[in-house]
Amino acid sequence: MFSFLIKRLLQSFMVLLSVAFIAFALFKFVGDPINNMVGQDTTLVEREALAERLGLNDPFPIQFFNFIKGAAVGDFGLSYRHKVPVSQLIAERAPATLELSIISALLSVFIGIPMGVYTAIRRKGFLSRSFMTVSLVGISLPTFLIGILFIFLFGVILRWLPTFGRGEVVQIGFWSTGLLTWSGIKSLILPAVTLALFQMTLIMRLVRTEMLEVLTTDYIKFARARGLKENAVNFGHALKNTLIPVITIIGLQLGLVMAFAIITETVFQWPGMGMLFIQAIEEVDVPVMAAYLMMISVVFVAINLAVDILYAFVDPRLTIDGGSKHG
Amino acid sequence: MALLDVKNISIGFPSRHGMFVAVEDVSLSVEAGEILGVVGESGAGKSTIGNAIIALLEPPGEVIKGEVYLNGARIDNLSAEEKRLIRGKKIGMIFQDPQTSLDPLKTIKQQLVESINLHLRLGRKGSEKKALELLEQVGIPDPLIRMEHYPHQFSGGMRQRVVIALALCGEPELIIADEPTTALDVSVQKQILDLMRKLCKEKNVGMILVTHDMGVIAEVADRVAVMYNSRLMEIGETAQIIGNPQHEYTKSLISAIPRPDKRVRRFPLVTYIEDVVERKEEFDVSTHWLGQSRDFDMKVADDGTILQLENLGMRFQITNSLFKSKRRYLDAVKDVNFSIKEGETFGIVGESGSGKSTIARMVTGLYKPYKGAVHFLGKEISAISHTSEVLPYRRQMQMVFQDPFSSLNARMRVMDIVAEPILFHKLADSKAEAEHIVLDLLKLVGMSDDAYAKYPHQFSGGQRQRISIARALATRPRFLICDEPTSALDVSVQAQILNLLKDLQEELNLTMMFISHDLPVIRQMCDRVAVMRHGQVLELAETEKLFEDPQHEYSQHLLGLMPQLNMLQA
Repeated sequence: MFSFLIKRLLQSFMVLLSVAFIAFALFKFVGDPINNMVGQDTTLVEREALAERLGLNDPFPIQFFNFIKGAAVGDFGLSYRHKVPVSQLIAERAPATLELSIISALLSVFIGIPMGVYTAIRRKGFLSRSFMTVSLVGISLPTFLIGILFIFLFGVILRWLPTFGRGEVVQIGFWSTGLLTWSGIKSLILPAVTLALFQMTLIMRLVRTEMLEVLTTDYIKFARARGLKENAVNFGHALKNTLIPVITIIGLQLGLVMAFAIITETVFQWPGMGMLFIQAIEEVDVPVMAAYLMMISVVFVAINLAVDILYAFVDPRLTIDGGSKHG
Repeated sequence: MALLDVKNISIGFPSRHGMFVAVEDVSLSVEAGEILGVVGESGAGKSTIGNAIIALLEPPGEVIKGEVYLNGARIDNLSAEEKRLIRGKKIGMIFQDPQTSLDPLKTIKQQLVESINLHLRLGRKGSEKKALELLEQVGIPDPLIRMEHYPHQFSGGMRQRVVIALALCGEPELIIADEPTTALDVSVQKQILDLMRKLCKEKNVGMILVTHDMGVIAEVADRVAVMYNSRLMEIGETAQIIGNPQHEYTKSLISAIPRPDKRVRRFPLVTYIEDVVERKEEFDVSTHWLGQSRDFDMKVADDGTILQLENLGMRFQITNSLFKSKRRYLDAVKDVNFSIKEGETFGIVGESGSGKSTIARMVTGLYKPYKGAVHFLGKEISAISHTSEVLPYRRQMQMVFQDPFSSLNARMRVMDIVAEPILFHKLADSKAEAEHIVLDLLKLVGMSDDAYAKYPHQFSGGQRQRISIARALATRPRFLICDEPTSALDVSVQAQILNLLKDLQEELNLTMMFISHDLPVIRQMCDRVAVMRHGQVLELAETEKLFEDPQHEYSQHLLGLMPQLNMLQA
C-alpha cells in the first residue's frame, strides 16, 4: 500500500507539473498583459518598469521556476485587472463554486444511483421507461439550454425561485455560505439541479447498464438458487458489485462537475470561480486563468487518487502490493 | 414414492419465430440418496430441466406442459414466493464454474451465514458454528481461518467445495448439480465427485447430476438419463446404459468416447446426428497444391528431428518491486528438453498450470523464452530477432487453438479468414489463386461448398474448429501445434475433429504437437507423450508404454484418476 501511494503521489505530482507548464505558457503566449493593464498614455519607460517589476523580462526557465515556487504556496501573483493577489480572489469566490458543485455532485450521486438500480431491476416498468426517456433529454440537451429553460419556467412563468445570484450569504470565518438562509437555499436550487442533471442521467444510465450485466452473472443466479430474497440478491450482492466499476467514472465525473460549473455559473450569474475565469479570459487576466487551471487539475488529481484508494477498500481482490494469494 | 417426480415435462422459449421447445415430454424420477445422471451433448436440454425443477428458467422460458412433484407435493404451479422458499431449503443447486458462482466481494463466511440464517434461523452464533461444520464436511482445511477469506483466495477445487457447502446450507433433500466438475482438473474432479457421492449417501440426499461427460457418469451416477435434441432417449441403471445401451443414439454416443483402455485407429462417428460430415472428396496430394514444394531448402535433420527444445525455460514476474530481492517470479516452464521427429504426433499432457500451453507459445514465438533454445528444422529460431528472417520458419508451423469461438475473427468472412495467411506470406500469385486454394482447403476439412461466404457465428463449434484447421493448413505447414483442440467440443464432434486431424496428418505428412489434459484423447492421438507438472517434464515415453506401464509416480497418479469406463463392452 505504501509503495503504491508513493508511486501515485509521484505520478500526481508529474501531472500537476505538466499542467503548471501549460498554465505558465499562457503567460508567454496569450496576449501582452502590459497592454491590458495600462492605459494608452503610459510611456514606454513606464511599461518597461512595470514589466521589470512583474518579472516579465526574466529568462523563461527562471520565470517558470518562480511561477512554480509561487504556485506551490498558493501565490499566483497579482490579478492584472483587479490589482489584488489572485489567491485572495480565489478564496473569495471558491466557497460559491464549491457549494454549488458539491451539492450538484451529491444530487447526481444520490438520485442517479437509486434511479439506475430501479431501472435495472424493474426493467419493463412504466416508471423505468419514463426515467429512461427523460434521461435521454437530460443527456442530450446542453447545460446552458437546460439552465435557460429552468429560468424561464421556474423564474419567469411560475416565479417560484430566484434566477440569479447567491441570495443572502452568511460569513463564517473566511467561508461565505448560502446554505444558512432561505434565500440562499432557494437561489441554489436552480443552478444545482441544472448542473447535476447531466451527471445524474449519466450515472443513472451507467449504473443501469452495469447492474443489468451483474444480474446475469453466475453468482447472482447462485444467490437465487440459494433461496435468497429478491432484495437480498439485488441490494446485498448485485449493488456492491455494480458500484465497483462505476466508482471510477463517478470520480471523474465529479471533477467534471466543477469544470462544467463555468457554464452554469454564467447562466445563473453565480458569483463563483467559473464566472471569475470567464471574466479573466475576456480580459486576458493570465494569473487568474493560470490559478484556475491549477486548481481544477488539483481537484481532478485528488479525486483520482481518492478513487484509487477507495477501490482498494471496496474490492478485496485488489491487493495493491501484489499481496499474498492463498489457495 | 420418489423424492422427485418429473412427469411429461415440456419447456419452451417463446420467440418471434414461434415457440422454441427446449425440452419435450421428459419424465424422470430421483429417489433419496440416489444420483441420477443426466447426460447429453450441448443443446440437448439437460440443463434446462434442472433449471425448470428449481424454477430458475431464464426468462422468457416457461414450463408449457407437465408436472413436477417433490415428495408427492406438486411444486411447479406454486407462486414465485413459495418457489423461492423451496430453493436452497428443499432443493440446492451447484453450478459449473466455481470461479463465478461466489460473490467476489463477500467472505465465504458472510455468504454461508447469510444462507444458513435464512433457512435454518440459527442466529449469528449458531449460523457461524454450522458454517464451520459444513466447511469441515466438504473438506476445507483450517476452516476457522479460511472462512474469513474471500473467494478469490481459494483455488478452483476449493471454491467448488465452498459452493457445495453453500448448496447444503438449507439441508436440502435434492441437489441439482449442473456440470459441477467440468471446469476442474482431473485430480480435483475426482475429489469433488467423491465428495458429492459421499454427501449424498451420508445425508440421504437425492442428486441430479447434469453433465456431458460419460466418464463422470460412470464414476458416480446410480442411474442415467440420456438426452438428445430436447428428448429423453433412454433411462436406466448406469451399468446397463453404458455396457449395453439400447437406443441407437446412446450406442453411437458411447462409441464416440475416446477409449482410455486401448487404442483404436479411427473414432466411430455418432451417425445418429444428422449433420455429421464425412469428407467426401479425397485429394491426390502428390499432385495437389497442398503437397507441393514447401520451402524445400529447409531440410529436416538426418535423424528426422524437426523440433528440438533445449533447456527451455519461461519465467513470469508476479510481483514487481523497485528492489531486485523483492521481485517474485513464477517459473512456468523449467528446463524442458525433448525433440519431435518428422511425422510423429507428440503429446503433452498435464493439469492446468503445468506449463504445456506456455511451451506451445514459446515454440511459435508468441513468448520469448527466458532461457534455453528452440531448434526448428536445424535452426535456433528462438534466437532470431529479425521478423523477416523468422517468417519462413513460422510459415512451417501453425497452431490450432482451444476455443473456436474466440479464435476466429467474428467480423471476417470464412474466405478472408482462411485466405489471410496465404496472402500475408505471399503464397499465391493472385487473389484468385488464393481463393481457389481456400475453397480446396475448406473441402479438405469437410466443410460444405457454400461455407466460404459465411461468417463464423453461422457455424457450430465443431465447424468452426474445422475452419481453424483449414486456416492453419493454409500456409502448407509441416508442423501443427494443437492446443486442446477439442476440449470445448462435444464428444461426437470431438470424434469428427480427431478423425480429421488423423487423416490430414497421414495425407500431408504433418508433424503434430498435441496438447491436452484429456488422457484418453492423448492415447488415441499420440505416438509419444510428455507428462508435465509444475513446468517440468516428469516422464516421456511411447504412448502405449506410458499407459500400460507408467514409470513416474505422478503419471501413475494421473492415470489412476482417469474415469474408467470399464462397463464398456470390449
